Amino acid sequence: MYKYIAKRLMLMIPTLFGAAVLVFILLRMIPGDICEVRMAGSGMYFDQEAIDVCRENIGLNKPLPLQFIEFVGGYFTLDLGTSMWTEKPITHEIQLRFALSLQVAIMATIVAIAIAIPLGIISAVKQNTWIDYAVRVFSIAGIAMPSFWLGILIILGLLVYSQAWFGEPWMPPIVYVPPWEDPIGNLSQLIWPAVATGYRYSAVAARMTRSALLEVLREDYIRTARAKGLIEKVIINRHALKNAMLPVVTIIAIEFAFLIGGLVVTEQVFNLNGLGKLFVTSVGNQDYTMTQQLVMIVVLVFVLVNFAVDIFYAWLDPRIRYS
Amino acid sequence: MVTLSEAQVEAKFEQLAAKPTLSKRLWEFCRKQPLGAAGAAVVLVMIFMAVFADYITHFDPVKNDLANMLTAPDETYILGTDQFGRDAFTRIVYGARTALLVGFVSAFAGATIGLVLGVASAYFGGRFDLLFQRVMDVVMAFPLIILALAVVATLGTGVQNVIVAITIPFIARSARVVRSNALAIREIPYIDAARALGYSHTRIILRHMAPNVMAPYLIILTASLGQAILLEAALSYLGLGVQEPIPSWGLMLQGGAEEFAETAPWIAIWPGVAISLAVFGFNLFGDALRDILDPKLRAR
Repeated sequence: MYKYIAKRLMLMIPTLFGAAVLVFILLRMIPGDICEVRMAGSGMYFDQEAIDVCRENIGLNKPLPLQFIEFVGGYFTLDLGTSMWTEKPITHEIQLRFALSLQVAIMATIVAIAIAIPLGIISAVKQNTWIDYAVRVFSIAGIAMPSFWLGILIILGLLVYSQAWFGEPWMPPIVYVPPWEDPIGNLSQLIWPAVATGYRYSAVAARMTRSALLEVLREDYIRTARAKGLIEKVIINRHALKNAMLPVVTIIAIEFAFLIGGLVVTEQVFNLNGLGKLFVTSVGNQDYTMTQQLVMIVVLVFVLVNFAVDIFYAWLDPRIRYS
Repeated sequence: MVTLSEAQVEAKFEQLAAKPTLSKRLWEFCRKQPLGAAGAAVVLVMIFMAVFADYITHFDPVKNDLANMLTAPDETYILGTDQFGRDAFTRIVYGARTALLVGFVSAFAGATIGLVLGVASAYFGGRFDLLFQRVMDVVMAFPLIILALAVVATLGTGVQNVIVAITIPFIARSARVVRSNALAIREIPYIDAARALGYSHTRIILRHMAPNVMAPYLIILTASLGQAILLEAALSYLGLGVQEPIPSWGLMLQGGAEEFAETAPWIAIWPGVAISLAVFGFNLFGDALRDILDPKLRAR
């Protein structure tokens, strides 16, 4: 088992390194750079000298291999560098927004699980009845609806109904308040983005629950359980569900790793100052250092989640770790 | 005993092997896969809208009409107008062109390039396969939207670049699935036979292996169609996709949807309905196709 874990850990290194190379090259292929973006933003006329000074200060005129070594070398000294745009340490910028994004992600996961698993089970147990069709339509709709549009609809609904019921339109709190300071304010701010992100997430998980359970229900041991005369509830809960949960847990974990992608759009709609929004702004500003680190965080989370899933599988199924 | 002439035997065989007529097969599909048939119907309506956009509506999708800004839905403007006075229904109809163009081209290109690469990777095996797998690992580690954002940032916005941005992540996904299927095919003796006959690698990959992974290829292709449309909408919504004045559903939501949400909610509602319906249709159809082609391939 330890050998297997070590092997899987080693496999992470080329992926992370490849991602670092890819993002480094991609960003530098973009025409223009942060100095030009700044010039354009400040409305000054195009001054080549000022741009050169700016590049000198930021370190953009260093040779590319040196820039790359600085970027990757930072991981060995645990220094993520400073943002080119705000000139503050990147760890500080991320710290400010991390809590918010993480909270939305966790809440979205809870929403997703709470919807997906019961629906998936009902749908599988009542296969090809109207309930099954309704659940399938509901979950395919979740995959089809763009989360930003769902967000817009939620805001629209909140505006209209709060106007009708309370006489004044609902205004989302603008500044993030941590849950331990103002739990109600915090929840009222974040529950809607969590629902907008979680619906799609739940749709993916519900479909997986349904198909995994259907697969298991065809197994021989389920027939045996029925032949023994067990009641259906026990068969589903004890015999089928336990074996069907493996792919469901996997998909929930992998989708969690990809949530940051969903947050990019949702945070834009709800105007939340989280990591997703930071990503869009730093791409817009051509803030290389910031974008690199954000992409690396996303990739790292993905790789770690995959690693955890693999280890979990190997732990459950000895055949995997000896193959 | 009655002896049958050769022609009679032929006729008998043909009778036994008679293929059901097209209409019969369509009916069978609708009966067995009602959701799939509904999806196919939605897709057909979309294609019809895109092709005959000029005849469906007589408004100009691009020209501003400042006298009729933000008109509520009425007899002339079925779905109202936006902040530039452009008819929303017209822009949705023309937007189907953009969505279908991006959807079909990027799904088809992504799945097909992935097919060739995936089969080649399985066929050659060894070091090439290992290296290729690591590269795919890297590409797969990026969430779709983030990779597409990075590509768009590099190439710039516009329809062609959006297509490229969406195609690249699809290549990796298709190559992955196709490779795992092709690995099994590689072990079947007829591949060895083809090699023994001295066929070139290209011929074996394209003529002998690729046709045998058509089922996963088609499944990936149809699954990508809806995703491509969603991605295009998301990119355009973020302002990094299709640019004004080209009609695009995502762009329609970006323009004034939030600003005018309270006074003119129709701007925010209808383009989203169009996106959802289109993706919904493609997904339903893709699911049905998957059930028919390969009942075992139920992952996702």
